Amino acid sequence: MIHRLPSVVFRVEFDFFSNPLNSPMKITGVKRAASLGFLVFLIVTFFWVRAARQFKPIHQRNASSLCVFAAASLNEAFTQLAEVFEKQNPGLHVELNYAGSQQLALQIEQGARVDVFASADERWMEKIGKHGLLASSAQVFAHNILVVIIPRANPGRIEKLQDLSQPGIKMVLAAESVPAGRYSREVLERLSHSTGFGPDYLLSVLKNLVSSEENVKEVLGKVQLGEADAGMVYYSDITPANAGWLRVLEIPEEANVLASYPIAPLKSASNPQAARKFMDLVFSPLGQSILHDHHFTLVPQPSRSTP
Amino acid sequence: MSQTTDAFALFRPGRKGMGIWRVAATFALVLLLVLLGLPLLSLLLQVAPRDLWTHLRAPVVMSALRLSLITSVISAGAVIVLGLPVALLLAARRFPGRRVLEVVINLPMVLPPTVAGLGLLLAFGRSGLLGHALSLAGISIPFTTLAVVLAQTFVAAPFFINTARAGFESIEPRYLQAAATLRASPVYAFFHVILPLSLHSLVAGAAMSWARALGEFGATITFAGNMPGRTQTMPLAVYIALQTDVQSAVALSVILLAVSFGLLFVLRTFVVNPGK
Repeated sequence: MIHRLPSVVFRVEFDFFSNPLNSPMKITGVKRAASLGFLVFLIVTFFWVRAARQFKPIHQRNASSLCVFAAASLNEAFTQLAEVFEKQNPGLHVELNYAGSQQLALQIEQGARVDVFASADERWMEKIGKHGLLASSAQVFAHNILVVIIPRANPGRIEKLQDLSQPGIKMVLAAESVPAGRYSREVLERLSHSTGFGPDYLLSVLKNLVSSEENVKEVLGKVQLGEADAGMVYYSDITPANAGWLRVLEIPEEANVLASYPIAPLKSASNPQAARKFMDLVFSPLGQSILHDHHFTLVPQPSRSTP
Repeated sequence: MSQTTDAFALFRPGRKGMGIWRVAATFALVLLLVLLGLPLLSLLLQVAPRDLWTHLRAPVVMSALRLSLITSVISAGAVIVLGLPVALLLAARRFPGRRVLEVVINLPMVLPPTVAGLGLLLAFGRSGLLGHALSLAGISIPFTTLAVVLAQTFVAAPFFINTARAGFESIEPRYLQAAATLRASPVYAFFHVILPLSLHSLVAGAAMSWARALGEFGATITFAGNMPGRTQTMPLAVYIALQTDVQSAVALSVILLAVSFGLLFVLRTFVVNPGK
């Protein structure tokens, strides 16, 4: 049987408060320890409650901030747009939250208070629309195309799109639930019908798939680190910061998809006016030129999409 | 065992000054139960048992569950084999750099798992410090089941090492002195004195690190990626399901919860505290 002597340990702990040679003192020691513990507990609770009160829900914050949920692929462009917006509207602060569109849509459905939602595909915007959460209909503000990226060192020796189906290539795509992942599979499907690619192109590329990433920037990261031989991302994901690490293979226009980016103000908006202003900036010549700088394809004129 | 009871007798009701202690303890207990229990209860209330069965039979779920169980058991095994000597070293010896070693071993508990994953990628990835040499030899770790095991072992190790060390340190030195007087060899002393006396801590530590490995998410998705059947463990499957279908994510969570609860319960009842 195990003979551990926790009583020894116990007594040592309370040596701070009692005289070990004088046993009647021990009870006072415990009493003192207990009340000290309770005091600490009260103090901690007090500060905890005080701190918790400062974390107000987004909708209770003052009207000087605008909360924008944007698809991960919009990261660089929207960060710049937000800077311009803050300069144009002094005192207004833009809070940006980037993630996969599907995740943002889920957060909005679950009650996140958001002023503007910009999605990387129309499906998730429609889903939000169906829940009756949009303040007005969504408008497409930009398009994006896909490219294949490979690490600069090109460990998989990929020279053309056909090489992606070579056995042993480590391919990384966004997961199917992510817009970029769905588009990637669509492109591969279209390529298998194109001349110069076999009909089993899609299958053999998917056989090379080593990971389905949960957003498009993760695909970029895995390729940039040289862990994957190839990946598929939006053209807008190629930025000055990562261009030096990557080689880009273009996808022929007839096989490529034109991803549409809808934007809409939400009913839960705490600041509808600012939301409107932000959307105006996105559609303005200045906003469109910023999007163009980040490799987005522009929209001739704002087109109506999802109700 | 009677000594244990005596020690805590100080905290028995009826003792002077216990009133305030009892109020504080009850308050804390209720708060903690709400914080820990309510989310679990909410998950359970979300799904009908029949849905659970349907989800459990889905091939993706079965393969994720199988992968999770296999990898976490292997990881826990690796943690025990590698952690036991380290724990013994830390408990028994004072040497220069001991504090540093302690901190390094405990670091995975503080690091965000994603950082752990990135670190693993930069070390064992194709262009990583060690990974580059490995890749020249034709070995590539990222995106494999081995990567899952490495990620889990990395995050789970401190849980075992710390508990095992505390177990070793709580052994009465006079037992070891007695063993030495009786001319027991170190190996004999380890198996006949140290191991039986600290078994309880070792098993508790192993259970904790196994549980941590089973729940591992961040390091796995960063280092091993997400591939059903190969690197998609239950936590990853839950996360990916959450993006498309909340209901199935909840069902998967409940399955994971049930498996973890069952295994931990069995361990606690029959191995850690038998007869209590």
